[in-house]
Formats: sequence, C-alpha cells, structure tokens
Amino acid sequence: MPLPSAAGQEQRKDSISTKPLLIVDDIHLRFGGLNALSGVSFQVQQGHIQAIIGPNGAGKTCILNCICRFYHPHKGRIVFDDKDISKVPTHRVAELGIARSFQNIELFRGMTVLDNIKLGHHVHMHSGFLSGGVYLGKARREEMRVRAEIEERIIDLLEIEAIRKQVVGTLPYGLQKRVELARALAMRPKILLLDEPMAGMNLEETEDMARFILDVNEEWDVTVVLIEHDMGVVMDISDNVVVLDFGTKIAQGSPQEVSKNPHVIEAYLGAEDAAYSKLGL
Amino acid sequence: MPCGLFFETYQKDESIFPTLWLRVWMIALGIGLLIFPFVAQPISDWMGMNMLNMLNLMFIYIVGAHGLNLLTGYTGQISLGHGAFMGVGAYTAGILANMGWPFWLALPMAGFMTAAVGMIFGVPSLRLRGLYLAIATMAAQFILDYAMRNWSSLTGGSSGLTVPAASIGDFTFDSDFKFYFLALALAALATLYLKNVTRTRTGRAFVAVRDRYLSAEVIGVNLFKYRIMSFGISSFMVGIAGGLWAYYITIISDEHFTMWLSVQYLAMIIVGGLGSVLGSIYGVVFMVTLPELLRLPAEALTNLYPDIFVIFSSLREMVFGVIVIIFLIFEPDGLAARWHTIRAYWKLWPFSY
Repeated sequence: MPLPSAAGQEQRKDSISTKPLLIVDDIHLRFGGLNALSGVSFQVQQGHIQAIIGPNGAGKTCILNCICRFYHPHKGRIVFDDKDISKVPTHRVAELGIARSFQNIELFRGMTVLDNIKLGHHVHMHSGFLSGGVYLGKARREEMRVRAEIEERIIDLLEIEAIRKQVVGTLPYGLQKRVELARALAMRPKILLLDEPMAGMNLEETEDMARFILDVNEEWDVTVVLIEHDMGVVMDISDNVVVLDFGTKIAQGSPQEVSKNPHVIEAYLGAEDAAYSKLGL
Repeated sequence: MPCGLFFETYQKDESIFPTLWLRVWMIALGIGLLIFPFVAQPISDWMGMNMLNMLNLMFIYIVGAHGLNLLTGYTGQISLGHGAFMGVGAYTAGILANMGWPFWLALPMAGFMTAAVGMIFGVPSLRLRGLYLAIATMAAQFILDYAMRNWSSLTGGSSGLTVPAASIGDFTFDSDFKFYFLALALAALATLYLKNVTRTRTGRAFVAVRDRYLSAEVIGVNLFKYRIMSFGISSFMVGIAGGLWAYYITIISDEHFTMWLSVQYLAMIIVGGLGSVLGSIYGVVFMVTLPELLRLPAEALTNLYPDIFVIFSSLREMVFGVIVIIFLIFEPDGLAARWHTIRAYWKLWPFSY
C-alpha cells in the first residue's frame, strides 16, 4: 500500500476537530525522596501521533505507567476520553481503549503468536470457564469470530502470517516487537501507548515499524503516544513532540519547533556543547 | 500425497483432532478402552497384577492431576495441598453418602465443597508466589490433615469411614468391572474439559497470569479473579477425584490424604509435563504403572532369595526415585514434550535437516 504523502497527511489532520483525547494534568510522582515526575501536563489530540522524548531517566516510561495505572501519582489527574481515570483499577484500563507495548518485551513467552494476539482481545470476549469448557455454541462461535478478525485485520496488516503458530519465546527480537504491537492492536484501542517500539532494530525493521504505526494511525484512526530515541523516526512521523527532562516538561510543539528549542538542545547536548553548537563549532 | 497440513477454514485449524489419522487413532483408543474390561481377566493373570484396579486408580488420578495441572501448569501457582483437598472431596462424598444422598448428587457436592475450601486457601496466592505459595498451601495440607484425623465425630477419625458403593438408579458400581466405565467416563470428561478451557478465553488468561502477570493486567485480565478461579476449578476437579476414590475404595481414612499424596500429584504433572493436557495423563500412567512394573522383578528375585525380601521391597522405592530423577534431568519438560519431539522427528523423517 502506498504511503500517503506528507502533505495529504497534514491536511487531513488539520481538518479534524482538535479535541484532546488524553489530558495529563499536573502529574507528580515520587519514589521515596526521588521526584520522578514533578508537575507534567500535556494534551494528546485525537488522531495525532504524539511523541515523548527526553534523555534517559527523564520520566518518559513513568508517564506511560501512570496512564495505564501501574503507578499511582501523588498529585494530578489523567483524563481519557472525557473520563477521569485516576481511580480506575489497572485491569479496567484496557476496557476503556488504552493499549500499550513495553520497552522490554512483555509477551507471554510460552504461548504461540496467535494465542498472544487472542489474549489482547480478552476484554472483548465473553466466554467463561463453563461455556469455554464445553466449547459448543456461543463460545465456539466467539472463538471463530476472534480468529477471523485477528487473521484478517491484524496478522495481515503486520505481515506475520508465517510465524503465527510459533512459540513467541523462539522468535527473533524484531518480530517479537511486532507481535507485541499486534497484541496491543487486538485490544481495539482508541489510544496506543508505544514504549520504544524501534529500540534495538535495524534500519529495515525500523522502517517497517514506522510504516505500521502510520497505517494504524491513518486507517484505524488510532491515536498514538510514542516514546522513541530514534530522532529520525520521531521527526518524520510525529505530529507533536513533548520533551521531558528530569521529570519536567521542557518543551512541546511540532517536531521542527522542538528541534530548534534551545532548552531541548541543552538537555540533549549539555550546556557547554550546546554553546559550541550555537557557534557552529 | 500431501506434504503438510493445509487447512482451509479456521474451524478445521482450531479443532482438537485436525487430521483424519488422528481421529482414526482416537476412535481406536476409545474402542480399545471400552473393550478392555471384557478381556482384562486373562491379561491380569498373565501380567500378575490386577489391571482393572490399576486402570480405575489411573482414571481417578487423571481427574485430580488435570486439576493440579490447571493450577500449577497453566496458572503457575504451586500447591502442596492437593492431597488434603482430595481428602476433603472424599470425606464430603462419604459423609453425604452415609446421610443417604444419592451418588449423582453427592459427587458434585464433593467437588463444590472442595472448590470452596480450595478457594479459601487460595487467597494467599494474591500476594505470594513460587516457594512462598508452596509453603502457604502446605499449611493447608497440615491443617486439613489434622482436621481429618481429629474431628472424629465427622470423619470417623483414624478408624475410618465406610462408604456405600456408588449407584445410579438400580445400577450399583460395586465391582472393578462396573466402576471402570464410570471412572473412564469421568476421566474423559475431565480431559475434554481441560482441553477446551485451555484453548479458550479463560485458559489463555490463566497462562497470561503465569507468564507475565503485569502485562496480563494491561490487557485487562483481573489477576484476583483468575488466581482464585484457578484454585476453584482445580480444587473442584481434585474434589471429584476424591469423591470417586471414596466410592471406589469404600473405606476412607486420613492415612491416604497426607503430604505424600500432594507430592505424588506434583510428581505426576512434573514427570508428565506441566501445562499440557496430555502431560497429566502420561504422568499418571507413569506414576501408577512404574511401581507395579518394578514389583514384578522384585517378587521374582524374592522367590530366588527369600532372605533379602526386605532389601528388595525398599529397593523398589529407590529405583522408582532414581527413575524420576533421571526423567527430570533428561526430560525436564516432561513426557509430553518427549512425545512431541518424537512426533516431530517422524514428521520430518528421513529428511531431518
């Protein structure tokens, strides 16, 4: 499938009404005496690809962990789809339409690719331990429906037909990352939180992954929050970038704006090197 | 000639026995198992052991081993209390039978009672994992064991409890031959149930809890619910096994449901294969047959050298232990994994590269 041109993409995104899907409002998170996040606020617009960047230890993953309720912020509020989710238990976040992938792959290693993806569909299925145990009628039809949906929408999109029966633990790293994306997609998310989906990938795999993220964003209209260290990818595919450093937001804006921001350059290069780079040395 | 499996519908791909040959073999096995009791007598005489009795025990243990495999193999929660849970099922069935309850009602009640007890002792699993959970369930084993021995008014204490033979309508399962069909049906039912649960939503959630409970939570699996549910289903099955045991043996005492039985159950599923439906069956067959097979040479040698009978009887246990250890070293994934390896080899033969 041909990629939509950058101009067309800009046009489409401008035409949709800018309604924030996710609002992170003044989040404070402390571990003992360490302030992991001190007053971070930003909004993610519906349909955008929102990048979060920052040096190591800036608190990027902490933000994602707060959104999917692994961490409980000491102060602040997270609003998703006009609903305050600050008190929602962790296992109910999936039902709201929040899916995520992890920095270190968190797949179910002993299961096949297909079973992993089916598990992503867990909250949209209804069979219990009785109807499942009998495996007739409703439970059986449901299994078949899920199988067809996964095969035809997700496995086809991500081009993992050949490995669907393989056990996940035996797959190479790049494919595991792709399976993790597949599992997240099976959750029929409204928003997809991706924690370094391209880390440790070669150029070709990175390009594939970038294409999948764009496809999902364009065709399924899924909003994406992306943590990534590969600046080339961030600059190319994201609509908006948030820059974190030491648990505070130091800049937000379009990729072009952010890359020229002196605070960002300073955070990435250090004050001294930033001064040299201004002089062009 | 087909050179692989090429399914054209999802139904076919997801069926338990996808190929014609597999179905043929399964039907053959089914017929064989149904015919067996009619020809069991000569075989038993020839082998020098009571085959029907052995198979009945196997079927009973298969129901229980499936239960423990669901908990330990699939959900990853170790339990050292399943021996006592089986006892709870046996005593429930026995006491209800003595109160005049019919068999078809007392047996499910044994399951429900054990499920309730198992779920209560499963609550620590919310906080404890691995060795810590093993110790917590071991406490359940000792508490229940103590209750069974000392609550004499209810359980008959160490003198035991007599249970009438199972009967449905006018038909009484009062011999090995008759009981065989009852036990076979329940073992088959338990196997089918476990297979179905593990290939649908609930079973996948169990494995998710086992493999990575954090990402299980992210995809919407309620850890509390599934951990307790796993204890419940598992204890239910082991309770049914206990009830069957009570109706089969017809005299139950606390001696049988000790720590040793719990360890035996664990050994069955570990030798057979954790997290595999076939594994618990292989494990039970192995653990029940091996001591019997070892008895034969021991008795033959005893005839030759009567004086050292004492040594040989303990030698049997030792050889048994050594074989289990050898299994764990050379096939830590159990007999089911070995079976898969053999099958894969023949699938590729003679082009094994």
